[in-house]
Amino acid sequence: MKGVKTEVFKQNKREQFKFDVNRYRKDFPILAEQIYGKPLVYFDNAATTQKPQVVIDAISNFYEKSNANIHRGVFLLSQKATEAYENVRKKVCHFIHAPAPEQVIFVRGTTEAINLVAQTFGRMSVREGDEIIISTMEHHSNIVPWQMIVEQIGAKLQIAPINDDGDILVEEYKKLFNSKTKLVALCHVSNALGTVNPVKELVSIAHASKVPVLIDGAQAVPHLQVDVQDLDCDFYAFSGHKMYGPTGIGVLYGKWDLLESMPPFQGGGDMIRSVTFKKTTYSNPPFKFEPGTPDIAEVIGLGAAIDYLTSIGLEQVGSYEQELLGYATEILKQIPELHIIGEACEKASVISFILDEIHPHDIGTVLDHEGVAIRAGHHCAMPLMERFSVPATARASFSFYNTKKEVDVLKQALLEGVRILK
Amino acid sequence: MNDLKELYQELILDHSKKPQNFHVLEDATCTVEGFNPLCGDRYTIYLKVSGDLIHDVSFQGSGCAISKSSASLMTQTLKGKTVSEARQWFERFHSIISAAPGSSHQVKDLGKLAVFSGVSEFPARVKCASLAWHTVRAALEGKSNPVSTE
Repeated sequence: MKGVKTEVFKQNKREQFKFDVNRYRKDFPILAEQIYGKPLVYFDNAATTQKPQVVIDAISNFYEKSNANIHRGVFLLSQKATEAYENVRKKVCHFIHAPAPEQVIFVRGTTEAINLVAQTFGRMSVREGDEIIISTMEHHSNIVPWQMIVEQIGAKLQIAPINDDGDILVEEYKKLFNSKTKLVALCHVSNALGTVNPVKELVSIAHASKVPVLIDGAQAVPHLQVDVQDLDCDFYAFSGHKMYGPTGIGVLYGKWDLLESMPPFQGGGDMIRSVTFKKTTYSNPPFKFEPGTPDIAEVIGLGAAIDYLTSIGLEQVGSYEQELLGYATEILKQIPELHIIGEACEKASVISFILDEIHPHDIGTVLDHEGVAIRAGHHCAMPLMERFSVPATARASFSFYNTKKEVDVLKQALLEGVRILK
Repeated sequence: MNDLKELYQELILDHSKKPQNFHVLEDATCTVEGFNPLCGDRYTIYLKVSGDLIHDVSFQGSGCAISKSSASLMTQTLKGKTVSEARQWFERFHSIISAAPGSSHQVKDLGKLAVFSGVSEFPARVKCASLAWHTVRAALEGKSNPVSTE
């Protein structure tokens, strides 16, 4: 563990950084659940986070008191629902430091956001023989949409390699650019390794060649303060459910000129200016990209999640999670059979590991019996597994509601697993 | 932890660490790949069948203790059996691993395969135990496309 984040952690430690984790745990009703008679230890936060009561309440309150379809309704209830929906757009704008709410498009999740860009910007800008750069550590959601588009067009993917620690090889990445490069798509934080990529630097390298960049921020928004203007990325995508909000809602941010020039992704109601059987004209962004009745209640829930995260403060959240990551890394390394995959300079609170001679699935089953939920498998990053020559890993991913005591439970459960399975 | 021991019985762990018939079959008459896309478990099953008789069966690949030991014990079970006997074994095996959790489902004449009776208590692992069997069934039905559990 090295890098900037660790420095923050050390500094906070010096200042006797106190984060009242038990206070926040009470906000999450599910954390009181038991699994096989044991307290739930939820370490699958990179897959989805649990929901605080305020988010659950926001959704049920909306259905109980404010439900109506948005836009175009002349009655008060519809106007209120519209206002609540559009207010969340402003919240998201503020949350990621976007220049204007109109640059925030609501989608189903990160996957849909990336597909949207692939099928609109991609189809518009990529021609036969062109190239799109991604990296070895991408989630399938940031590989497959590009693969689909390059296959349709006759273009090709270029892959930026990583080193054994899980850091992107910046010099190798630089060499991939040429006159045929039309887009770069990279993750901000790797879901399988935890690597925090130097996004600002990677964006500026791409911009030097006048190539726009999409950032998959699904794993970043719950852990770090994201400033899309500072990063200067052209698109930024993330999901609500990985940041304590509901499933079924996500965000695509885009630079205005790009959003304006892109054709619509899907057609339908609410995205049009006028329709005749001869010709349809489209609305401006964001509405051009939001056809049909959107996930209104989920947007409201996302707004509550943003308020909740902001009230704790992402800096506090990040510092505490770094402390947990440091502790867990140290504790897990005490198990001789355990090997951590991914020790990048800067990491989010994710630990991927393998155990000698024991398949991650078997370890997952044993941990489950101890109440510990982790993920075992390829983490939708099969090319990355191939890079490390492993079929799968076990992954523990931590949230600010996890405790050091829970990390100790994980260690004990792993030792039990080694005892049973080895 | 009692039911965990039901799942990870000695015989299962032995076969996962030292799988039997774990090699390529050079004179195979039929080769089919089985894959669980959710977890990445992947096996290739080799069969040497002439007429109605399974002369030899072997496998290669990687996966968890349950899937590997299941493949290993399956190859031991099916060697020397007829195709219709193999189908019966598939049905018997399938009925014990997919019994409703908590039920005391009994199947007679399971031989060593009885060791997998604990799997039914772990619905998330049923597909691990059945991967090799589904693959071999597809092979015997003359299908050559890779078998997926999803």
